[in-house]
Amino acid sequence: MILLQVVVSGLLMGSVYALFSSGLTLIWGMMNVVNFAHGDFVMLAMYAAFFAYTLLHLGPIVFIPGAAALMFLLGVIVYLGLVRHIAKGPMLAQILGTFGLALVLRYSAFWAFTANFVSLPDTLVGGTFDLGGIRIEASRLLAGVLALVITLAMHLVLTRTALGSRLLAVSEDRNAAMLMGIRPDRMQAIAWGIGAASTGIAGALIALFFYISPTVGESLSLIAFVVVCLGGFGSVPGALIAGIGIGVIEALSAYLIGAVYQDVVVYALFLGVLWVRPQGLLGTN
Amino acid sequence: MRDRSLVIIGFFFIAAWPLLVHDVFYQRVGALVLLAAISASAWNLLGGYAGQVSVGHAVYFGAGAYASLIVYTELDWPPIAGAPIGVLVSMAISALIGTPTFRLRGHYFSMATIAAAELFRILVANWTLTGAAVGLMGPPVPRTIADLSFISPIPYHYLFLSVLIILLAMTWLIQRSRMGYYLAAIRGGDRAASSLGVPVLRYKLYALLLSAAFTSIAGSLYAVMVGFIDPDSALGILISVKLLIVAALGGAGTLFGPLVGAVILIPLEETTNALFGGGGTGITFIVYGAIILLVARFQPGGVAALWASLTRRSAARAP
Repeated sequence: MILLQVVVSGLLMGSVYALFSSGLTLIWGMMNVVNFAHGDFVMLAMYAAFFAYTLLHLGPIVFIPGAAALMFLLGVIVYLGLVRHIAKGPMLAQILGTFGLALVLRYSAFWAFTANFVSLPDTLVGGTFDLGGIRIEASRLLAGVLALVITLAMHLVLTRTALGSRLLAVSEDRNAAMLMGIRPDRMQAIAWGIGAASTGIAGALIALFFYISPTVGESLSLIAFVVVCLGGFGSVPGALIAGIGIGVIEALSAYLIGAVYQDVVVYALFLGVLWVRPQGLLGTN
Repeated sequence: MRDRSLVIIGFFFIAAWPLLVHDVFYQRVGALVLLAAISASAWNLLGGYAGQVSVGHAVYFGAGAYASLIVYTELDWPPIAGAPIGVLVSMAISALIGTPTFRLRGHYFSMATIAAAELFRILVANWTLTGAAVGLMGPPVPRTIADLSFISPIPYHYLFLSVLIILLAMTWLIQRSRMGYYLAAIRGGDRAASSLGVPVLRYKLYALLLSAAFTSIAGSLYAVMVGFIDPDSALGILISVKLLIVAALGGAGTLFGPLVGAVILIPLEETTNALFGGGGTGITFIVYGAIILLVARFQPGGVAALWASLTRRSAARAP
């Protein structure tokens, strides 16, 4: 029964991983640029939710969309101010650019909010459910279900709408898209906005049940990389499956081996998969 | 010609530095600049010349640092005797990581190196032989001269300078040899290089082995000088980042780039640390982050490229 409980909590955490990893996979698939600051975006959203509650007394109904809007804006600014200029440069410049951004965000948070952990009150979202012997906190349930719904919605937007088609057109062939009257620059800015907005929602959701610290983004970035590599570039369904899988594997290894080793298992799995399939589990090329 | 005289002047300045300043703080900064130059030059062999951007070199730095202090804590040997062991361990780890990751292109390789480095850091932070999260201490008082435990930074300065000269001489020889051309071809593109008959995987591995070995030596020297290491100070992701930043700021893939980067960044870091105390770590990395962000955005070739474009312009203007 405990094992089942562990799996369920892994599934819920995994769908949040899937949500912010979908944002990374969108950016990556579209521009072939990796955002090394992706996890730090999630960290910023967690702090945004925390301060929205403690300083402005706003509830989750306001701060979840609020964090999404804020991060959308940040994503667009980062694209216009930095990524647009480094995307065509040498690979070292691409890595340094977003890595530098990650350091600036991480240590600015460290400096402004100190290294102390903070958290939202447990009682913010309901208590604990008992589903046939499995106890689930309402906050985790909300986070898991909402993350799943939004990830699926993102997939629908990308596959079923005119905006999605335009984004896809730019990622497939920038020049052909331009001839069709699509502005690649604007589409890529939107992709960065959507990608960052996904970290906004995910961060606000994680903040409901998890402690917040300036360096939490480091391991979240790595998790997003692992999920994207396993799920394949630009594939939201791939990220969904891989995200949930990683969530469950992490929860199981924390329970069976010990919480300090949960990341070791995930990283080892990642390296193992790269060993067998250097282009990612579902990747081509 | 002007570049050569600049190098000679720079060399004599660096060699004379601890004799020019009498304050121990500045002498120590000089030794730390050389240490950073060694580790960044070692990174440069793989990350600069071969263009394989590793963000996990802390593994090799940590292997050297830990090997030095483990031979002391477990066997009572002088810490420097651990350096060859660290080199062997680093080369073994690099072969282990390199074999799978070298088939990866671009960003995949960088991410794999981060994951591998974090994996080792977590294991070391939970292992009693390595002192777990507390870390390890070197000899509190020197027992013999072999402990290389000096109060003055001056002996370290000349020790590090000689290692740096050996490393740069080797890099210079590689740069001019067949291997240098192979690495440049690999940096230009794996596929193109291999279509021209460059044994890509083999030469990437050679570059990594050399790079790992010298990074490990830098780690051992660090442990010998500082006498205390823990998982964050020897294996943390920020160590990897520091090597990368120092090399990239000066100019990745150039002989003196990492040294120039170290001369700029390390005094900056030590000054912020001295000004802000323990809280300075955060500010140091905000500054580091901002610098690499700006380098990437405006001058991806680093100071070396800036210098080249400046001298070219002034040469063109000369009658």
